[in-house]
Amino acid sequence: MAINETLAQASNAMVYGSITAFTGAMAAFSISLAKGRRLETIEVSAQRSSGSHQVRMGSTATLDKPAVSTSMSNGEDLGEGRRAGNIGMSLTWLGTLLLGFAIIFRGLSAGRIPIGNMYEFSLAGGFAVALTYCLLSLSRDLRWLGLFITIPVLLDLGLALTVLYTESAQLVPALNSYWLAIHVTAASVCLGAFTIGAALSCLYLVAQAAEDRAAAGLEPGRSSGIAQRIPSADRLDLMAYRIHAFMFPIWTFAVIAGAIWAEAAWGRYWGWDPKETWAFITWVIYAAYLHARATAGWRGKKAAYVAIAGYSAILFNYFIVNIYVQGLHSYSGL
Amino acid sequence: MATMRWLWRQLTSMRIALILLFLLALASVPGSLFPQRGTSPLRVSEFLKDNPTSGPILDRLYMFDVFASPWFASIYLLLFISLTGCVLPRALEHIKELRSQPPVAPRNLSRLPAHTQWQTNAETAQVISDTAAAWKKRGWQVRQGPDWVAAEKGYSRESGNLVFHLALLVLLMAVGFGGAVGYRGTVIVRENSGFANNITQYDTFAPGRMFNADQLPPFSFELNKFSATFQRGGQQSGAPREFLAELLVKSDPKSQPRPVTVEVNHPLRTSGITVYLVGHGFAPEFTIRDASGKVVWKDAAVFLPQDASFTSSGVVKVPDTVPQLGIQGFFLPTVTNDFSKGPKSIFPAADNPKVFLSAWQGDLGLDTGMPQSVYRLDTSKMQRIGKEELAPGEIWTLANSGGTVEFNGYRQWASFAITKDPGKGWALGAAIASIVGLSLSLLIPRRRAWLRVTATQDGGSLIEIAGLSKTEAPGLVDEILQLAKLVKASEEK
Repeated sequence: MAINETLAQASNAMVYGSITAFTGAMAAFSISLAKGRRLETIEVSAQRSSGSHQVRMGSTATLDKPAVSTSMSNGEDLGEGRRAGNIGMSLTWLGTLLLGFAIIFRGLSAGRIPIGNMYEFSLAGGFAVALTYCLLSLSRDLRWLGLFITIPVLLDLGLALTVLYTESAQLVPALNSYWLAIHVTAASVCLGAFTIGAALSCLYLVAQAAEDRAAAGLEPGRSSGIAQRIPSADRLDLMAYRIHAFMFPIWTFAVIAGAIWAEAAWGRYWGWDPKETWAFITWVIYAAYLHARATAGWRGKKAAYVAIAGYSAILFNYFIVNIYVQGLHSYSGL
Repeated sequence: MATMRWLWRQLTSMRIALILLFLLALASVPGSLFPQRGTSPLRVSEFLKDNPTSGPILDRLYMFDVFASPWFASIYLLLFISLTGCVLPRALEHIKELRSQPPVAPRNLSRLPAHTQWQTNAETAQVISDTAAAWKKRGWQVRQGPDWVAAEKGYSRESGNLVFHLALLVLLMAVGFGGAVGYRGTVIVRENSGFANNITQYDTFAPGRMFNADQLPPFSFELNKFSATFQRGGQQSGAPREFLAELLVKSDPKSQPRPVTVEVNHPLRTSGITVYLVGHGFAPEFTIRDASGKVVWKDAAVFLPQDASFTSSGVVKVPDTVPQLGIQGFFLPTVTNDFSKGPKSIFPAADNPKVFLSAWQGDLGLDTGMPQSVYRLDTSKMQRIGKEELAPGEIWTLANSGGTVEFNGYRQWASFAITKDPGKGWALGAAIASIVGLSLSLLIPRRRAWLRVTATQDGGSLIEIAGLSKTEAPGLVDEILQLAKLVKASEEK
């Protein structure tokens, strides 16, 4: 089947448009963050976590709306940065939509699922990060996180266009399977969500360091500027955990779907191909993270480092193994 | 005894399990960085040739057989012992828990993470029985007291956790079983020739430790036609687009042959074995005659591709002439006129095929008893008698023997991997069970809720509802609000 060049070029144009939107979003989010302050100061968070984890709740006697309160802090307030944050949010939606259309047009141009090489997978990964963020932001205020999401998305799209770019074309026979849609889509969703998980784990470390300093009565450290503008450490830790715990079964599914596909394509469901090996390593590290969070002495900072190690394994698998290591998964198109 | 118990407690602790997980991840890394015998034996021997000092040391450390090495096995065996030791007691505990009732309410409900209360004039006994019924209907395990209700839900979280870990054990056993009983062989088949499922017909054959040759099902097939299409033009010119192998398959020698098309991603599954299309190439056809014009060799010789454009190399050995004759050559599916880098094909399809041959005379070395590769010519006792390039149909007369080499054209060949893995189904079942278990264990919230009615001084009573989450799942407050609404609804009835 011939490639529709017009559609392929339209797709490229939309990727550029999406980059422009994300750049604007990044700028708006930085302004928003610079002006924002969290509701609960670092000192209060530090006191709260050094004391009891459970805060006494208020109780009222209204029947229609029983008041139930929780031990969670209320998050942060962007104050004057609210408007910039809103602009950032809108631009992120715009960038995400453009990227989504770029992916659809890319697929239409070749008449196939557009995840057949590293360029296309990078678009899908960036889209997954942005879309996950947008969807999560529907039910809670995540403007403080925007900067830390737009930066990796922009890096990813920049790399895609400059280093990984490949012309739209048909698939090699090995990829011509409906498992491509299942396995690679699951993998890119995981790439997206784990990126957000890693960002949260990093921010948690920043917040925890600031709270530890405050608890020890030390002067604020260099990163306290960021710590003052993001939620409290325990809240970040919980968010990171929830995203990782939610994604781990999906990552397991992605690996198993890959194994089923490998059985049909290569004659064995598991063969320790470098890509498979690193998928396994990633899986084991995230499994260790989930265990670490349930183990005394490993909760908190150590567990966060494990989560970040898991994400590093994903990046290693994506960039180093795809490009430099010989194996069966050599579809980078480079 | 005490030491043993201490060791066992250490091994089954979460801390050791964590360390073993890290070790497992770390131990896998060299398996991805060094070539592995299991997947690429040729690259291992190349590596050993290129690194004569470090190579053998790495080899002794099992760096080329990481996943079959004793240290890798000891890590995962320890991990699985640790897992069993951790999961079995938990399973017993969980069964006990499933049979027991939710615990009685703590004294001070307002200390719990979610709490609400209101005044009421309703009858205490009525509130208690209505609440118990309503909560039970919502899927909670309920226990009643005279003035309190205790409820718990989310037991499937722990069930899922146990299912997941047990599924991992089953998976490991399925992998081991399949590897021990199954086999994997590869074979190259030319167009218009066939294969019968017999060990001697395989080019490579890797049986499991408990494999029994009688288990080979008596199937056979013939390769009618192989076709490959490639991208023409553009950045990815020459990239493969479609491979098709058309076979005639017989399940046993007596059955009727049936046509089957095998493609990448669409293997042939028959009598418990699976046949995969894994490679392809060209087999140039030659007719070789001696000086008298008698045909001494006539066949299609399998040439192995050397690059993505299918520049292929191979040999023809003619042992029946005196002295013996050997032909070494390249087959180029599409030749170019630029020979600055030697003969190289520029496109993988046979658009303009040619062979580049050199002929050798002397002793082929076939009688030494040493096994010889069919793709390599041992020229140590031979001398070259000329070289030539031929297009299909052309004949080359060898200068000093008077014999001729005719290049008739080419056939294609396809290579197949033929495997049997009886553990496959078990592995798949275990994998699916592990995802189900994992999802339950990570996504199902485990919660407790209580209701208590206490008399107040003004003659009414105070209803208190509180709950706690035994996990970090969100939504506890909403859940308790829902429970409170149910109580309120039945109160108003």
